[in-house]
Order: sequence, then C-alpha cells, then structure tokens
Amino acid sequence: MATLMHESVKDYYQYPDERGHFGRFGGLFVAETLMGPLRELREAYEKYADDADFLEEFKQDLKHFVGRPSPIYHASRLSDKIGGGQIWLKREDLNHTGAHKINNAIGQALLAKRMEKTRIIAETGAGMHGVATATVAARMGLECIVYMGAEDIKRQEANVYRMRLLGAEVVAVHSGSRTLKDALNEAMRDWVTNIDNTFYIIGTVAGPHPYPAMVRDFQTIIGKESRGQMLKQANRLPDALVACVGGGSNAIGLFHEFLNNREIAIYGVEGAGDGLETGRHAAPLTAGKPGVLHGNRTFLMSDNDGQIIEPFCISAGLDYPGVGPEHAWLKESGRAQYKTITDDEAVEAFHQLTRVEGIIPALESSHAIAYAMKLAAGMDKDKIILVNLSGRGDKDMHTVAAREGLEI
Amino acid sequence: MSRLANCFAELATQNKQALIPFVTAGDPQPDFTVGLMHEMVKAGANIIELGVPFSDPMADGPVIQAADERALEHHVSLHDVLDMVAEFRETDKGTPVVLMGYLNPIEMMGYEGFANRAQAVGVDGVLVVDMPPEEAEEFSVIADEHDLDIIYLISPNTDAERIALINARASGYLYYVSLKGVTGANTLDVDAVASKLSEIRSISDLPVGVGFGIKDGGTAQAVSVIADAVVVGSVLVKQIEQTPDNANQIKTGISTILQEMRSMMDAADRSIV
Repeated sequence: MATLMHESVKDYYQYPDERGHFGRFGGLFVAETLMGPLRELREAYEKYADDADFLEEFKQDLKHFVGRPSPIYHASRLSDKIGGGQIWLKREDLNHTGAHKINNAIGQALLAKRMEKTRIIAETGAGMHGVATATVAARMGLECIVYMGAEDIKRQEANVYRMRLLGAEVVAVHSGSRTLKDALNEAMRDWVTNIDNTFYIIGTVAGPHPYPAMVRDFQTIIGKESRGQMLKQANRLPDALVACVGGGSNAIGLFHEFLNNREIAIYGVEGAGDGLETGRHAAPLTAGKPGVLHGNRTFLMSDNDGQIIEPFCISAGLDYPGVGPEHAWLKESGRAQYKTITDDEAVEAFHQLTRVEGIIPALESSHAIAYAMKLAAGMDKDKIILVNLSGRGDKDMHTVAAREGLEI
Repeated sequence: MSRLANCFAELATQNKQALIPFVTAGDPQPDFTVGLMHEMVKAGANIIELGVPFSDPMADGPVIQAADERALEHHVSLHDVLDMVAEFRETDKGTPVVLMGYLNPIEMMGYEGFANRAQAVGVDGVLVVDMPPEEAEEFSVIADEHDLDIIYLISPNTDAERIALINARASGYLYYVSLKGVTGANTLDVDAVASKLSEIRSISDLPVGVGFGIKDGGTAQAVSVIADAVVVGSVLVKQIEQTPDNANQIKTGISTILQEMRSMMDAADRSIV
C-alpha cells in the first residue's frame, strides 16, 4: 500500500494543506485559547515567507552570524575503512552554537520582531535549542525564558549555565516525567497566559500548524546548500540521504530539497535506546502508533490507554515520544524509510568518526553516522551517501565518559 | 430531548442556573469518584464534568495536572472512567455527565468503540480540549449517531466568525473560559465576561457556561447573574490535593463549597441584568 501511495503522490511540495495536514497527519489539535494566537502566527508567517526584506535579513544572519554555508566533507578515510559506498557529511556541527538548531531560532526570532513581540519562550531537552534561542535573543535584545525538565537540568548543567550566561531565565519543570515533553507542555501554558507580548519558538518540526511547516522552511537551507555543494564537489547528487530523527528538524531540513528526486533514497534514523524489544527506546515511527499529542496527529509512543510513554535514548535530542507529522507522512507514503540504531551502536559510531576523521559528532548525529556505515557496507564504491552531521559532540563528553566509567 | 437539554430547560422554568462541578476521575483513588459524584449532586450540582486523566494535560494548570498524576498512579484509564459513569447511573438516572479530557485516549480506544460504550453507560456529553471543530468532522458524525453532545470551549480571543463555526458544531452547551491562560488561574473580570457573553448570545441559542476563575460563592453568584451555568473545577480539586488520604474531609470540603455556591447563586438579585 505504501508503495502505491508513493507512486500516486505527484508533488511532495504540496504539503501541508491550508489546515496543516500532511495526509492524515499534522493539523491543529489545540485548545480554543491557542486558536487565535496560532492564526496570528500563521498569517504573519505567510506574509513574511515571501517578503524580500525578511528573507534577506534571514540570509544575512545565516551568513554572518551562523557562518553559513556549512561545508560538505567527503569522509574518505571512514569510507575506505568500510570499503563500500562513499560517506559525505553535511557539517551542521560547524554552525555557531554547534548544531542546526540556530537556523530555525534565527528565523523565528526575526518573525517575532516583525510581530512586535518582546518576550521569547522556548522548550529544550538537551539544551541545544535552548542555547540557540538564548543566543539569538541576546543578539536581538529580547527577553528569553527557557523551559527545561528538572531531570534534563540535572543531566545538562553546562548548557543550563550557557543559557544563563546569555541572559536567559531557565525555568525548571517539575511536572510529569520532568523531561522535554513536560517542558513543551509548560511552554504552551506560558504562551496561552502571555499571548499578547510573547512568541513561542518551538525547536522542532512538531507542534500545531504552522510550526511543522515553518520550522521545516527555516531548516531547508541545509538541503538547498547540499544540492549545490554536491554538484560542485562530486559532480553529482547523492544516492542516499541519512539523518537522525527525534522531532525531526535536521532530517526534514536535509530531506525536503530532495523529496521530488525519487531516485534518491531517504533514511531517517530513530534512537533504539537499549533495543526496540526492551521497550526502552525513542522510536515512535518504527515501534509506535498514530495518535494526537502537542497539537498534531503523528506517530507516538503511547500505551493502549492513550497515555504517553516516556522515551529512552542516550541522546537527549532524540528523547521525544512523538515525531514531526511530515515524517509520519513520508513514512506512510513510502517516500522515506525509518530505521533504528541502539545506544551501543551510536556510541561505537561516535568513536569511529572521532578517531578516523577527527570529527567529534553529537550523540544524536552519531545515530545517523552508525546507520550510514551499515548502509555503505552494502553499497558499491561509486555510490554516495550524504549524512547530516547535525551537531557537534562537545556537549556529550560527560555522557560518553560516564558510560566508560570516567567522571569529567 | 437529551438529558443536557432537558436539564437546562427545567432550570430555565425555575429561573435557575446550572452549577457544574469538575473533578478528575480516579483522584485520589479510583473507588472514591462515584461516591463523590453523588455527594456533589446532593450539594446542588446539576451537571457533572468528569475529567479523564491524561499524562500530558497541556491546557490545564498545576492543580488539575497534579490531579491527573494522582489518578494515573492508579492507572485510571478511559475504560475505568466509563465504568465509573455506569456505576453512577445505577442510582442516578437524571444528572447529566460530561467527560472532559484530551483526544489521545479516545483515539486509542477508537471513536466508534468509545461512542458505543459512552452511550451505553449513560454519558451525555464530551468535551475534548484539544479537538477544535475544524478537526472534529469524523468524531462529530459518530458522536451524533450515539446521542452524545459535543461541548466546545470559547475563549476571550475567539472572534465572531469562530463562534459561529463552533456553534454550528456544538450541542448541549457552550463553555466560555473567561480568562486567558490555563485552568486554576486568577482573577475574574465580570464586566468583560458579560460583554463577551452578549456577543456569544447574539450568535448562539445554546446555554452558555462560564468557567476559569470561579472560586467561591461570591464569584459563582456574580457569574450566575450573566451566564446559564457556572463551572467550578480547580477550587474543588484543591480540596483533594490538601488531604488526599481523608475521603470524608474531601467530601465535606467539596460539599461545603458547592452548597455555598448553590445558595448564593439561587439568592442572586437578577433585577440588575
């Protein structure tokens, strides 16, 4: 059925529809109090998405503040070692603040300024989106409040300190499981209460319409640059794309540009944690089922009663019980395939890339590297896999060290 | 006529307004809820809103979320809540019961399966917080086939166009949330509520209930003068939060609050309207 649907989809750029639906996924599942603010946001975004001044300011900030374009790099030693397909890396880890998150944070903060909002709020899990938002808020002189689960605050002290240095107020969330999903709930509550002066910068391609489309659009720069760079450096487009998927913003940022190039295979990689069979994972697309959470219909980790199951994964950035609705649609339509990588495999890939290429990847991105290495092993040497290296691993030093019995 | 329509029609002939308490089902214990429902009817409640516990109640404040967490410690599911309504209906055939909660538990049960069971146990209405009318097409049809009213929220920033859209889909009553923000928030501006209610009434013939910010007899009375129903939640749930291990004290506390609201609502001077 999936394959049939894949053939029947004429243009992947016709999604979402005007109410935010990607097939049966996405939409606008929020309380009435948020319908007004979301319409205001949608109208503002529709207005500025085609506004030359806005787009130019975004472009200038990406160039001079973020340091774009980020290079693509042929990991030739790693490829030789595997002895199969060639692995190329899109170096989002070289962006200011160390990950792709800053692209979206800048886009939304510029929109907030246009909408004359003076107060920025955000949710964060590992802290990367929080740091990106705090950075942009400092740069633009906006008040910034970041909601973060009390458990995550304990796990990510360095990022909490970074956000505070940047002038953000970090609010600990003690409700629920005290992690990312609870931080998102709390940020939504703040937004409902302070709608008049507040802009909510969601960090991934989830949430109610227009967030999945808007965040995607701010991240598509990744794929657009990649197309030109591949043609220039390799004289051809890649045969396969690989990216890790938590909420899915770095993945959609790479994939979207190539959706209508159907000869290019697309792989999203979810966190299998301790292994899918243990139940301790973060793989809603692979092991979950469709449901409704955080404003959209998508694949979820939910029990049979409809309660959300806490995800489990070594990398906090993949630790989310849902996934962006466009990924749910790409899975169902058959355009993309979703695979999983365990914690052990990700850590192994982390070490491999570090030792063989001199690049320390984020644990999130290590999932993508690990899957790309598997994929490459079964490919001819003239094939090319482009991996989104979505972030750098500095933030993960203590996690990897602790796994090896060291405290740093 | 549905139990809800009947309830409002009867109250209207007596020139009275509905008192609608909200509690989370299964808080603090699964076997506590049915007794509390009967107690609330005795204390003057006309309709009961029963919260279906959810792990991620985004639109609720800390008080209701804590109630959900207490219920979920006992794994209270939508199935259990429907069983509670069935037990309540064994002795109370008349008081309408509205389930209030989030969509995911209903999605997991399946719309048809849920509606079948809800109708069979005697549920009258459903308020799904995160299902606006735009996303309710399929559910509306099924709810209608099973004589379930769908209650929708209207907020201060809902404009006339949306009120009309909501009115076209809603039945039973409309629920005006009188404050921006989440459940349990502070302060209530009665004049602002009155002016929004007259806008709603110019568009809809449905009874209008007002919730958020009603905490005592005084605020209940003030709202009863301008609305058809007074919805009270967080202040009742706080009674459970304060003494979760003392069932008698919770019942007494909640009854006392409802009795005071009932008597002040019934004693309100409506000549000023």
